[in-house]
Amino acid sequence: MMKTEKKVQEPIFHVVKKDGVVLWRAWLIRAAAIVLALLVCALLILVMTDQTPVEVFESIFEGAIGVRGVNVMALFQSAAMLLCISLAVTPAFKMKFWNIGAEGQVLMGGLAAAACMICLRGVVPNGVLILLIFVTGVLAGMLWGVIPALFKAQWGTNETLFTLMMNYAAMQIVSFFVVKWENPKNSGKIGIINQRGEFKQAGWLPELFDVDYLLNILIVLAVMILAWVYLKYSKQGFEITVVGESENTARYVGINVKKVIIRTMAISGAICGLAGVLLVAGTHHTIAANTAGGNGFTAVMVSWLAKFNPFVMAGVSFFIAFLEKGAGGLATNTGLNASFADIIIGILLFFIIGCEFFLNYRIVVNKQRFSGRLKQKGGE
Amino acid sequence: MKGIPAIELRNVTKKFGSVVANKNVNLSVMRGEILSILGENGSGKTTLMNMISGIYYPDEGQIFIDGEEVVIRSPKDAFRYKIGMIHQHFKLVDLFTAAENVVLGLEEKEKYSVKSAAQKVAELCERYGFEIDPNKKIYEMSVSEKQTVEILKVLYRGADILILDEPTAVLTPQETQKLFAVLRKMREEGHSIVIITHKLHEVMSLSDRVSVLRKGEYIDTVVTAETTEEELTEMMVGQKVVLNIERSEPKDRRERLMVKDLNCTNTDGVKMLNHVSFTAYSGEILGIAGIAGSGQRELLEAIAGLQSLESGEILYHNPKTDEVVELRDKNTKQIHDLGVRLSFIPEDRLGMGLVANMGIVDNILLRRYQKGKGMFVQRAKPREIAEQIVEDLNVVTPDLKTPVRRLSGGNVQKVLLGRELSFTPTVLMAAYPVRGLDINSSYTIYNVLNEQKEKGVAVIFVGEDLDVLIDLCDRIMVINSGTITGMVDARSATKEQIGLLMTKTDGGAEA
Repeated sequence: MMKTEKKVQEPIFHVVKKDGVVLWRAWLIRAAAIVLALLVCALLILVMTDQTPVEVFESIFEGAIGVRGVNVMALFQSAAMLLCISLAVTPAFKMKFWNIGAEGQVLMGGLAAAACMICLRGVVPNGVLILLIFVTGVLAGMLWGVIPALFKAQWGTNETLFTLMMNYAAMQIVSFFVVKWENPKNSGKIGIINQRGEFKQAGWLPELFDVDYLLNILIVLAVMILAWVYLKYSKQGFEITVVGESENTARYVGINVKKVIIRTMAISGAICGLAGVLLVAGTHHTIAANTAGGNGFTAVMVSWLAKFNPFVMAGVSFFIAFLEKGAGGLATNTGLNASFADIIIGILLFFIIGCEFFLNYRIVVNKQRFSGRLKQKGGE
Repeated sequence: MKGIPAIELRNVTKKFGSVVANKNVNLSVMRGEILSILGENGSGKTTLMNMISGIYYPDEGQIFIDGEEVVIRSPKDAFRYKIGMIHQHFKLVDLFTAAENVVLGLEEKEKYSVKSAAQKVAELCERYGFEIDPNKKIYEMSVSEKQTVEILKVLYRGADILILDEPTAVLTPQETQKLFAVLRKMREEGHSIVIITHKLHEVMSLSDRVSVLRKGEYIDTVVTAETTEEELTEMMVGQKVVLNIERSEPKDRRERLMVKDLNCTNTDGVKMLNHVSFTAYSGEILGIAGIAGSGQRELLEAIAGLQSLESGEILYHNPKTDEVVELRDKNTKQIHDLGVRLSFIPEDRLGMGLVANMGIVDNILLRRYQKGKGMFVQRAKPREIAEQIVEDLNVVTPDLKTPVRRLSGGNVQKVLLGRELSFTPTVLMAAYPVRGLDINSSYTIYNVLNEQKEKGVAVIFVGEDLDVLIDLCDRIMVINSGTITGMVDARSATKEQIGLLMTKTDGGAEA
């Protein structure tokens, strides 16, 4: 008996897929993940720096909202931008269309906005200019989203590569115009558009109630509610879900899959374009190849982490914006290496994303072998 | 060596979630023997073989090689025990040559050389009588050549237990004969060969013994020389089920669906429908019998507007307007918009008929989300229908929102059937509607089909259990490799008669 046991090396555990978890349990697992992450961070801080964990967490907090909350609107603005792009990619991902081209779609929207601000200032009244900025920005983003969708629908091209490459195309186009509209000359950048002089603040989005970025934030919140309603209650949203779950079923009930793919990517691209407009006309008042700042990729993670729920996305976006800002603060306030902040963000995200594994899978320990081992030990 | 099997399985069980793919399977193969594993689609043959070749790990049970217990955790382990599997879907690199594919992934001590590999491959070919050019690229090869490369791959690695998963499904009869000759030669050399199939005549001509699986359960192993095709069929499709359905004579029998000369070919270039013509009448159940994968799916999907055809006509006679309309090349929605009340219960319930991750209400909504004005879906009516279905058909579910994938197979089917019946169809097509269901659920489904017939619906029922087909249907059409080989009266037909029509290879095919 002993002999065969030794020979047969059965695995001690194997992984089994779960059928679903109860809600409270899922949140318990997530909370445990965050606590665990904070503990690991604290340990790391104690070992690697001469600061206490409490000090470090405090300076992260201060970095995020500023001293006594002076930067709190900037934090909300960052979160809102990330949320807007996350909302944009969500319909595509819900349809299982791997749109990783949000970066490029945002840039194209921003470029259209910048073009309006530069070329149409003084030509049309400011109200019309702002309207044109919105329209062209949204259309530009839409165009950038629809192109890969058309190819996917017609010829079955791989949308992941296609949307990814469209990012680089967008960056090059923006770089071209940066050189063309260079200001001041030979600076290699555009600088703040319409900062002073005759066309001061032409095409800039107005400031509501003297609060920075309030208009941006309100627009994104409106998009959030619309996205939620669209995905949950509209016929088109239902079609998106069905196509994403099973193209076979979609064909079975007579959904025109190609049409849904193109239409959904048009919407996805349009919201990205809107994000570009908000970034260029409402925030930076300039454009550069890095205007989207990697949010097009972070948004993919936000969308999936939130399981496509717009309200959860708002929370996740806020959390990530908070960490990013906080990390910046940590670097400047405490004189710790900037990479250290990245390490902390990395640990937190690792645990939060990693815990999804435990939500979906269960580890089954081979009891026979396990107890067999114990017995052997006891025997000795 | 005598008496000790090359490979033996004892009480092997494998579950996927709540689905039991294999249950207490016992199996043994001797050296120098060809064993057939016989069973219908979905009976667990491939899962079982995947456990031997290290792709899946069994939940319970033991595997013995030459009498010693082993654990096979990965395909690499399987190779160590000299087990080689030739999959139904080839795993080859298209841009590489035959020889390159053969040596791919091998950890050899000597320096890698395409030339010496090609030479070794050529030697193997000569030994077993394969005709293949080692330097030919895979994408230039025919299906049978690709299969040869797969076989060479496992032989090159020194496998002496070969598992072939439905190797003849993609071959012409001549190629099949060639393959069989090679397999017999391997048997002479002392290899053990396991061949998965559902073609009876191949079993009879090739194998020494046959093991039969049905719905994941091991039925029995018999010596081929001591059995008959009829006996194997019965083992494969199950014991006689007694049905207590009162079969009425069709009333008011009228032409409802006329199918004329349908032809279609799948992406592999295999002819799936070959000059198929028939008529379905109102108030009768037309059964379709045939070995799984003989073109039943293509036929129903063609009628439902999901399968493109090379030629043929599908005509529907509308009982309300007395008009005849052409359904070919129209999609489901267009067919629906023509006022054709056609309901289709596909074979793949969760992958086609329903969305597994949606609840009952949303699955009802699937077929009527376009209803109502405005851009929003209306869930009130579907919710009503859902409640009705749950009540009428005794669907066991925690609530209407629970994803249907969590329901048992029988309840999933009731949801699908209930939804399709809520349209009061005039044509009802059901593909294997009781597959995987327990007796009670099966009977519920049979009764529903019978009720529909009495209401004057033209019912088309693709079944696998011949006894049920004979007891339930009015007429039975037999399909064999895409060709209709017979149309019999269910009241006078015998199982043997249908079984022969299902399996005979030529003769009737031309008729």
